[in-house]
Amino acid sequence: MTERTRLVGNAVYGWLLLLPAAVLLAAFTHYPAVATLAQSLFTSGTALRPAEFAGLDNYRFMLEDEVFWRVLENNVWYAIGTIPASIALAMLMAVWVNRRLPLRAFVRMSYFTPTILPMIAVANIWLFFYTPEIGLIDQIAAGFGIGSRNWLGNPDTVLGCIIVLTIWKEAGFFMIFYLAALQSLPPELEEAARLEGASRWHFFRRVTFPLLMPTTLFVLINAVINSFKLVDQLFILTKGGPDNASALLLYYIYEVAFSFFDQAYASTLTVVLLAALAIIAIGQFVILDKRIHYR
Amino acid sequence: MAAIELIRVTKTWGATVAVRDISFEVDEGSFVVLLGPSGCGKSTTLRMIAGLDDVTSGRVLIGGREMTGAPPAERRVSMVFQSYALFPHLDTGENILFGLKARRVAKTEQRDRLVRVAEMVGLEALLDRKPAQLSGGQRQRVALARAIIAENPICLMDEPLSNLDAKLRHEMRVEIRALQQRLGMTTVYVTHDQTEAMSMADRVVLMRDGGIEQQGPPAALYDVPETVFAAGFIGTPPMNLLKVEEVGGAMVIAGTDGPAVAEAGYGNLVLGIRPEQIAIADNSGIEGRVESCDYLGADTIVGVRVGSQSVLIRAHGRHSRPAGSRIHLHWQESEVHLFNDETGVRMAGVRPLPVAA
Ligand SMILES: Nc1ncnc2c1ncn2[C@@H]1O[C@H](COP(=O)(O)OP(=O)(O)OP(=O)(O)O)[C@@H](O)[C@H]1O
Ligand SMILES: [Mg+2]
Repeated sequence: MTERTRLVGNAVYGWLLLLPAAVLLAAFTHYPAVATLAQSLFTSGTALRPAEFAGLDNYRFMLEDEVFWRVLENNVWYAIGTIPASIALAMLMAVWVNRRLPLRAFVRMSYFTPTILPMIAVANIWLFFYTPEIGLIDQIAAGFGIGSRNWLGNPDTVLGCIIVLTIWKEAGFFMIFYLAALQSLPPELEEAARLEGASRWHFFRRVTFPLLMPTTLFVLINAVINSFKLVDQLFILTKGGPDNASALLLYYIYEVAFSFFDQAYASTLTVVLLAALAIIAIGQFVILDKRIHYR
Repeated sequence: MAAIELIRVTKTWGATVAVRDISFEVDEGSFVVLLGPSGCGKSTTLRMIAGLDDVTSGRVLIGGREMTGAPPAERRVSMVFQSYALFPHLDTGENILFGLKARRVAKTEQRDRLVRVAEMVGLEALLDRKPAQLSGGQRQRVALARAIIAENPICLMDEPLSNLDAKLRHEMRVEIRALQQRLGMTTVYVTHDQTEAMSMADRVVLMRDGGIEQQGPPAALYDVPETVFAAGFIGTPPMNLLKVEEVGGAMVIAGTDGPAVAEAGYGNLVLGIRPEQIAIADNSGIEGRVESCDYLGADTIVGVRVGSQSVLIRAHGRHSRPAGSRIHLHWQESEVHLFNDETGVRMAGVRPLPVAA
């Protein structure tokens, strides 16, 4: 056997080893992404009328689609409502359970529970809270003589209800990251500050908060992605209603694809969603990175 | 009035007793070293003075005022941590000023004090560096500067030099001592390094297993160790501690047949003699065989087997004798320390006998 055939044999062997992973990656990640992009440039084909190239028609249609704008606006409000609140709450809970408390393990566990529950189960629990007349909120309100409300049936309150539920579910998850970061801070820092007469708040503002910034960036990016990604609760609670008041972008994509069977338009929306997420994530890194102290 | 006074202080963590019923005083402006092996409760004692750990029982007085249970900020003490505890995201200047900012000292005064302190510890050129951009010795200086800028009357230091190399450690030792004397700061300094303790301290508090073994000026601990432990802990190399047994009515070093080294009638003893107090002779005294010769420059450490025990001798200049060669040792009886074999306590009443040259 010559040197040359031996090298070729080696290369073939190497490729064969890579093949299973490469096939899976290509089939389930790269192909769908490219196919989605391609589909967004065609019309939806039917059995009778095959798909044909449509250029940017789908995107033009999207810009004129009132539901799209409505859903996008909802999603922005949803992001504004959930992200800062769940991050702040997570940080607060982490600082609180990081201290020496009685039943500390139990308290940490309780905060973490919402994270372990599947979103569908969480939505069912909150459905019980929000249900008019017999729901927990209305029952408590009735105790104070306040009349019953249809929390999920009212376009003014429905998005707020979804936001509260999401914060409840996410804060515990983010808390775990903050807790891990807090535990890696050396305790002498706080002791040094205590000797200097720094108040708890001063120490938090000047030391803990800045040292948590890398974690905050990580959590923030996750929160942003989740605010576009987490829509399971809508299936249980509202189905996007009433009158699209609680529909979010991903839920709308699902409806377009699997209720209206418009593959092409669903692909168009998906491309827009992905592009937006990518831009936001890169933007966060670039802007925040300069202001973060990594150890 | 003592700057710091501990009265019968005990600290327990569950079943472990970290500090056991200790009492000592620190005079104003003096430099006191807490010395002892690892785990003997030095840091715990320091932290109780600072108020970072509560005392389990006993009292802590600072400047004559009852401070048991007072929060750290009220005690007016500064502390230098072993790990330095610098804030990694703040630059040198901000690290040093942290306490003044927390206490809302006026901006102009902050600046004046920063300039003064930075010059004192030689950090003027490094004020905008983050801790990660500083060397170990420079970080040490930042920690020191942060402790002195507060102008507290008391400064506590927990093994501040243990992360530095030998040369730098020596320099910083001199510098810290000079700074302390210049500022008149009352200082409590924790270390397990007896050279540091001997060279810096006005008083040494020697601890063991949570209790105080002996306290006094360095010279007193060196010259008159009260226990076998104190004798063996101080000095490089430490004091030789040799078992002495009664053989036929004479107290001889275990495993030898004479000469007698102490008067009989007090049971078994431990004889302590410092390596630098032993002289070597060729044919009279206590017989031994050379095991090793370590030449150190100014002197040589000669290891000798005497009976069943090893003895170290610090001999002036250069000595080289082949291993196994026979030599004789002798010493002045006034340099001998005798301890009870069981309790380890010094026996002042027993008279050592002369070992003739
Ligand atoms: N937080 C704690 N919980 C339980 N035990 C502790 C705690 N802190 C210290 N101890 C115990 O108390 C004893 C004294 O500890 P301390 O830290 O004071 O020793 P040290 O003399 O400073 O030792 P080193 O020279 O190694 O720093 C040790 O046995 C230690 O295990
Ligand atoms: Mg210690």
